[in-house]
Amino acid sequence: MARPLLDVRDLRVSFAIRPDGALPWVAPRRLQAVGGVDFSLAPGETLGIVGESGCGKSTLARALVGLVPATGRAEWIDGRDLIGLGPRQMMRYRREIQMVFQDPLASLNPRMTVGRIIAEPLRTHRPDLPAAEIRARVGAMMEKVGLLPNQINRYPHEFSGGQCQRIGIARALIVEPRLIICDEPVSALDVSIQAQVINLLIGLQRELGLSLVFIAHDLSVVRHVSDRVMVLYLGKVMEIAPAADLYAAPRHPYTQALLSAVPVPDPGHDAAAGMVPLAGDLPSPMAPPSGCVFRTRCPRAEARCAEAVPVPSPAAADHRAACHFPGPLSAAEIARARAAEAR
Amino acid sequence: MVIDSQKMQALARRMAGAEIRGRSPWADARRRFLRNRAAMTGLAILVGVTAFALAGGAFAQWSHDELDFGVMGQVATLGQPSIANGHYFGTDDLGRDLYARTVQGTQVSLMVGVVGAAIAVLVGTLYGATAGYVGGRTDQIMMRAVDILMSIPYMFVLILLLVMFGRSMSMLFLGIGLISWLDMSRIVRGQTLSLKNREFIEAARAIGVPAWRIVLRHIVPNLLGVVAVYATLLVPLMILTESFISFLGLGVQEPLTSWGALISEGAGTMNYGTLWQLAFPLFFFCITLFGFFFVGDGLRDALDPKDR
Repeated sequence: MARPLLDVRDLRVSFAIRPDGALPWVAPRRLQAVGGVDFSLAPGETLGIVGESGCGKSTLARALVGLVPATGRAEWIDGRDLIGLGPRQMMRYRREIQMVFQDPLASLNPRMTVGRIIAEPLRTHRPDLPAAEIRARVGAMMEKVGLLPNQINRYPHEFSGGQCQRIGIARALIVEPRLIICDEPVSALDVSIQAQVINLLIGLQRELGLSLVFIAHDLSVVRHVSDRVMVLYLGKVMEIAPAADLYAAPRHPYTQALLSAVPVPDPGHDAAAGMVPLAGDLPSPMAPPSGCVFRTRCPRAEARCAEAVPVPSPAAADHRAACHFPGPLSAAEIARARAAEAR
Repeated sequence: MVIDSQKMQALARRMAGAEIRGRSPWADARRRFLRNRAAMTGLAILVGVTAFALAGGAFAQWSHDELDFGVMGQVATLGQPSIANGHYFGTDDLGRDLYARTVQGTQVSLMVGVVGAAIAVLVGTLYGATAGYVGGRTDQIMMRAVDILMSIPYMFVLILLLVMFGRSMSMLFLGIGLISWLDMSRIVRGQTLSLKNREFIEAARAIGVPAWRIVLRHIVPNLLGVVAVYATLLVPLMILTESFISFLGLGVQEPLTSWGALISEGAGTMNYGTLWQLAFPLFFFCITLFGFFFVGDGLRDALDPKDR
């Protein structure tokens, strides 16, 4: 296998939480937002990351671009570990890794013109470029993402949500990165606009040979975009597999429950038939369950799940599920899940 | 398809035409401000007072330090405001032309107000934005320093400064500058804290924009609305402070004068039938304060349409 563009090993992010009104010498509690994530990303590949709110998707994205401090390893294709690099050394890699944010309007400075917003990465990373050259590149990039170049002097509030996201994409692409991290890039958009933005991203990816890390909670969008999909739960990888594999034959109970909750746009479809409901809420990441973090809601949980942390076991070469008892849920287990939910 | 091809072509030409000038948030605010009657009245007053300060001297028939020996001793009867003898605003107790002195007092008071507010804006904005953006221990130390400075009774310090180092304009500016930025830095810090976690700041950090440029280019422009409002309210505050100091007799020195000094003199003689000595400086003082408050209100409404 060719060398991966980014090889992440045991990435962990934790935050110190100080309760309100705590005295300064009281040790803060640790909240582990991302607890040991491994994955690798080939050049030109798209990795989808899914999971429910609070599972650490966005924190993982922020850790990859160095916005929050992390531990572990994230090896770039040239062999450099990106975790713990100083701001100066990180600059080189910031050019290679860009990010697209969730809220299109909030991620653009309201007091700057679109031209200046898109040009900002260029001005930061290529201070040697003359102003005319920057302007030409910004114009060309605007055209590429489907904006009219004559709108270069407009302000973000004069654009619609979809257009703002195009501006965000243009800003990410202008320095010709090799990896773009999209943190729920379409969650804030209308469905019809979502399709446009996603197709724009896919088109640009093919054209420029980009790698994408695509974070979303919309499973159908992820399936459409991704080559491989990673399922996160409480900061841990539950399952990682090629998209087709994962959707066709999920091996982790959590993935199955997640997939069963995807709405199907078909009035004849009986949503209740295959539904695997999950009882209860996401446990607090301040006090995660022992062993397998999913065991408190898992219809298949047994004594062993509370004792040992499951190691992601390869079902196939590239299909790994972190479960002691991987495999499709049986009818009895689904019935048990429904009973637990009804209680 | 029934599409008028001519119209479509015209539309296409228009869409591909020259660069469209965007309407910046500032332009929007300007429009709202220009529509606000009270604010425009305030602005007109301020323009009038400034014009008076700058050009008023040209119409004076007497200079500000010249004594009119003709009215000396009989100020109450001969020193009244009159066009005939050239004392438009009358004379003060010593027979000096009050018009010339009011022009000069206006210059000094406006300058004190504007310089004080300018120091506050510059120092306070940068200090507060830095403390808020850097955060953590730096923020703690910087803001505790402000707390300590604020807990010192500033009028006392100002008076001590003026007594110890002699009364001079530069000392007055220094003293007023020293205290004026404290409130501003607190306000700016608070605003910065709320801006800091907005996504566009995060985007700039992800791009790799250095911290000082994030502060200058992303945070400060988004703060300027609040700063502008506060600065317009700060100018009258500075004028009041200076007037108070001058009223106590510690402010600007003769032959220079200021509104505070003039009002003080006028108040001292108001029992002797020379009420104009109080009325004219007081009039300019009051309308200027009104002007600044109206403009400040208008700016707040214009810059923050949601918070009304």
